[in-house]
Amino acid sequence: MIRVQNLVKKFADFTAVNDISFQVLRGEIFAFLGPNGAGKTTTIKMLTTLLPPTSGSLELNGLDPTRQANEVRRQFGIVFQDPSLDGDLTAAENLELHGVLYHVPRKERRERAQMLLKLFELWDRKDTQVKKFSGGMKRRLEIARGFLHTPKILFLDEPTLGLDPQSRNQLWTHVKRLNETEQVTVFLTTHYMEEADRVAQRIAVIDHGKIVAIGTSQELRQRTNTESLEEAFLTLTGTTIRDETANSSDQLRQMVQMWRR
Amino acid sequence: MHAIFILWLREVKKYTRSRAQIVASLGQPLLYLLVLGFGLGPVFQKAGYGSYLQFVAPGVIGMTVLFTSVFSGIALLFDRQFGFLKETLVAPVPRIRIMIGRTLGGATVAALQGTLIFVVCMIAGFRPTRLALIPLGFLFMLLIAIVFAAFGTAIGSGLQDMQGFQLVMNFLVLPIFFLSGALYRLDNLPKVLSVFTRVDPLSYGVDGLRGALTGVSQFGVVTNLTVLACIAVVLLVFGAWRFSKIEI
Repeated sequence: MIRVQNLVKKFADFTAVNDISFQVLRGEIFAFLGPNGAGKTTTIKMLTTLLPPTSGSLELNGLDPTRQANEVRRQFGIVFQDPSLDGDLTAAENLELHGVLYHVPRKERRERAQMLLKLFELWDRKDTQVKKFSGGMKRRLEIARGFLHTPKILFLDEPTLGLDPQSRNQLWTHVKRLNETEQVTVFLTTHYMEEADRVAQRIAVIDHGKIVAIGTSQELRQRTNTESLEEAFLTLTGTTIRDETANSSDQLRQMVQMWRR
Repeated sequence: MHAIFILWLREVKKYTRSRAQIVASLGQPLLYLLVLGFGLGPVFQKAGYGSYLQFVAPGVIGMTVLFTSVFSGIALLFDRQFGFLKETLVAPVPRIRIMIGRTLGGATVAALQGTLIFVVCMIAGFRPTRLALIPLGFLFMLLIAIVFAAFGTAIGSGLQDMQGFQLVMNFLVLPIFFLSGALYRLDNLPKVLSVFTRVDPLSYGVDGLRGALTGVSQFGVVTNLTVLACIAVVLLVFGAWRFSKIEI
């Protein structure tokens, strides 16, 4: 479903993704783990046509994101690290807008929106402006939105960041269910190892732009001689803390948080 | 087509839902209208130019449309990191349609805001001289709105943070306003200033509005319409090009 070969992305003097190759199978839940700044989000951006790769080849459902951007965009849904809803619009309007942008016919748009809002327990609040939603509700709505146009692949970039255990648990239950009923391939990143352990069939660990290990949770634990995935992860990537310098988007994020109080 | 419409609708919905913001945005034009209008009125009258309120009202309407439309383009900056922009950029819709939808939406909002100020001016005592020419006034409002919404989009596409925004406000938008003849007559100006006022697109918008609403025009309707329409096309193309280059 996803095929990545010798993928490289360089920014000026910094190599964010350094010659990685992997494959994700149809219907699989695949976890992409790594410390901050390891290259996870950059890889997702390249797969989702937001960034052109420096070199290497990409394939999504047989299509090339660099040359067939519009066709590729119909194939996937994505939940970004940062929220990407419009807070002034209601839940239903956010879904409607998404459906129109993805060319979902009106009747199907309404039916799927209703089905997904009910599944993610947001139906009662469908006419509430999204800015009045809690963090968990926003995330649920974003994931519901990602499924609206029946994508073949769903990208989830740290979807559970900042959620309480209840919301996280519920979110993964829904994702697993839709993965089974609609045969959606799921490509996810997270910092919570137990989540990856629970939902993902295969896991890739990336560090400093390189894939250091790939396999099932069990294989990773055996390879590193550890008891848990968390220990395996620390063995593979070391214990040094990666401090990223704050860039302009972090500053903006802080400012908007201040304004929203 | 649907994509353009839904993005246009989004801008209009956002506007009609932010009541507090609508009221707040009336503050600045009201100050210009009332404080300058009545404060400079006697001097203007003495100089033999008639009522300053009649003169400045079209300028204040033009200013409102300018600020609102530039802001709508620069709102890209907010949509950029907190995300809504990404949602539209990964959608299977050519970027030009996204840009057109946003820009037309922003222009519509700016024209609505201009209409609101037009009503406020009427309440303050402004009187259009010929009712039949009011639709022409709205056409000029819309043209100013499109020119500067596209201008805002072109600038917003490259902005990364709020410092950049301040720079744009102080070195581009405010000069465009002050050099446009919104507040003073453009004849008998020093040579250098006169050149600047001639290259300012808003000069033609304000002059067009003034011509339509009060019957006094310096450049003439045809010149105003032609210049604005050409600039609108150029800026739409430029804005679309800049928008297509956005990387997140």
